[in-house]
Amino acid sequence: MTLHIDDLTLTYPDGEQRLTALDHVSLTAEPGTLTAIVGPSGSGKSSLLAVAATLITPDSGRVLLNGRDLAQLSRTETATVRREEIGIVFQTSNLLASLTALDQLLVIAHIAGRDMDAARIQAMDLLGAVGLVPQADKRPSQLSGGQRQRVTIARGLMNQPSLLLVDEPTSALDRPRGEAVLDLLRELTTDRNLTTVMVTHDHEHLATADAVIELTDGRIATLADGDAVEPGVVAIASTR
Amino acid sequence: MFVAIRDLRHAKGRFALMGAVVTLITMLVVLLSGLTAGLARGNTSAITDLPADHLVFSAPAEGQKLAFTESSITPSVQQEWASVDGVVSADPVRIAMTRASGSGSGRSAAVAVFAVPAGSALAPRVGTDRVVLSSKAAASLEVAAGDQIELTGQLVTVEAVSGDDEFSHAPVIWAATENAPSSGLTPGNATVIALTTTGGADLAAADQALGTRTLTVAESLSGIGSYTSENGSLQLMRVLLFAISALVIGAFFTVWTVQRSGEIAILKAVGASTGYLLKDALGQALALLAIGTALGTAAASAIGAAIRAFAGTAVPFVLALPTLLIPGAVMILLGLVGAAVSLRTVTSVDPLTALGSAR
Repeated sequence: MTLHIDDLTLTYPDGEQRLTALDHVSLTAEPGTLTAIVGPSGSGKSSLLAVAATLITPDSGRVLLNGRDLAQLSRTETATVRREEIGIVFQTSNLLASLTALDQLLVIAHIAGRDMDAARIQAMDLLGAVGLVPQADKRPSQLSGGQRQRVTIARGLMNQPSLLLVDEPTSALDRPRGEAVLDLLRELTTDRNLTTVMVTHDHEHLATADAVIELTDGRIATLADGDAVEPGVVAIASTR
Repeated sequence: MFVAIRDLRHAKGRFALMGAVVTLITMLVVLLSGLTAGLARGNTSAITDLPADHLVFSAPAEGQKLAFTESSITPSVQQEWASVDGVVSADPVRIAMTRASGSGSGRSAAVAVFAVPAGSALAPRVGTDRVVLSSKAAASLEVAAGDQIELTGQLVTVEAVSGDDEFSHAPVIWAATENAPSSGLTPGNATVIALTTTGGADLAAADQALGTRTLTVAESLSGIGSYTSENGSLQLMRVLLFAISALVIGAFFTVWTVQRSGEIAILKAVGASTGYLLKDALGQALALLAIGTALGTAAASAIGAAIRAFAGTAVPFVLALPTLLIPGAVMILLGLVGAAVSLRTVTSVDPLTALGSAR
């Protein structure tokens, strides 16, 4: 599914004034591509991800997922969209402490009311895809940082999403593990024809992306140059 | 219950501690309920076991409460009540507190004499100079059927030992009216009339006409002064225990829910509905309460059985399904109410907080 963000503006209350987090941002991300959003702290990149994830309603603008405007949906409807169409990969620490790696995936199916036997097969397949079958019965405290991050990626795919939103996937990992996670995301995006949007603070990892969008003070500053992005990829982003 | 069950398994220590608190409070409530019922029975069983559905008292003077000790019904009113439409039977009962002694054993005890006309349906085996003793009265006086006892200066024969009726914590002796103490009543007067009625009896109209006050047997227990004050105190203790349990459980689940608000945010972010999360949270509370109250009820019933086995009638304790199950059910209900307080946290958690940097 194509994600199209059109002229998005988001402000937060800041005392008696309002702080602009996103300022007329537009972009398009196509299926099978990995779009990286970079920028300094406070630039609005996580806010952009949160709007795309339907976790925040923007002040103005549209978030179109295959033509449907997510910004206009009710809370119940956005929960359904997140349950059925969007996969979210959180930061490493965001696993449920009492659940094993397998259960972290199964809970997604349970929330959706799916058949649990079929879900178990799918979850084991996904754990296999991220190389964690031997760790299926381990809880987060028994996994390494890289393993935990791979569990969150597998969990993000459990609802077979068309849009995968990834939040700082390498923030708690050392370089080799971070690169391995990015390679995995790259591979899954291509193999499963996902529309992947990834927020990252690390410019070293941008070569993995098909498109890079840099945010500064809530505005799209530049497109990454050809040194960081492979030639031939398309990134549509504009500022007003 | 997917996450709830795994939380219960994972945080064993915390839930075991809380479960132990629920178990102990339940045990205390069930034991107190058994004791309350036992004491209530010691106060009222002679009344509640009467084969009657209503009791007629003389109407109390204005400003006075209805009481067994104040009621006095004349023979003419007794006869009038027997002829009221819808009244199947109207049996006068004179109740008196006195002392009796076993003529052979030399033992004496305070007893409650329930005096009825010889041949009354309330105590068919009672006759002139023939009395029926409750088992506790017989034990206190150390007499058996066929022995004689001295009652208000008269020697009477124990016709039978039957039942375990008590009134105002005194064992009951059923006697003929002429063998009973006057207890301050005019000869021929009764304390109450035990009525058996059909549904169509207009009791209020009869009360109005005859200057009496008719209550159901259950309502009439308020006329036993010692029962009202004793039962009120014990019931207050039970209510406080229930309130404490609801507060403790509510506090536990509030802290627990606040602690896991980050996980609730993740579940919301991945699409869990509020209903799903509420069901999970309440299910967890229900599981904890069910296990805790089951263990507490089992422990209390074991202690109750031991009390009955070793202390006999010395400790008034009733071990019955209502005293075991009702406190447990109330504990679960109030515990869920307490846990429901924590649900506000579940509904108010913002899924946005799951995205660590988007705050």
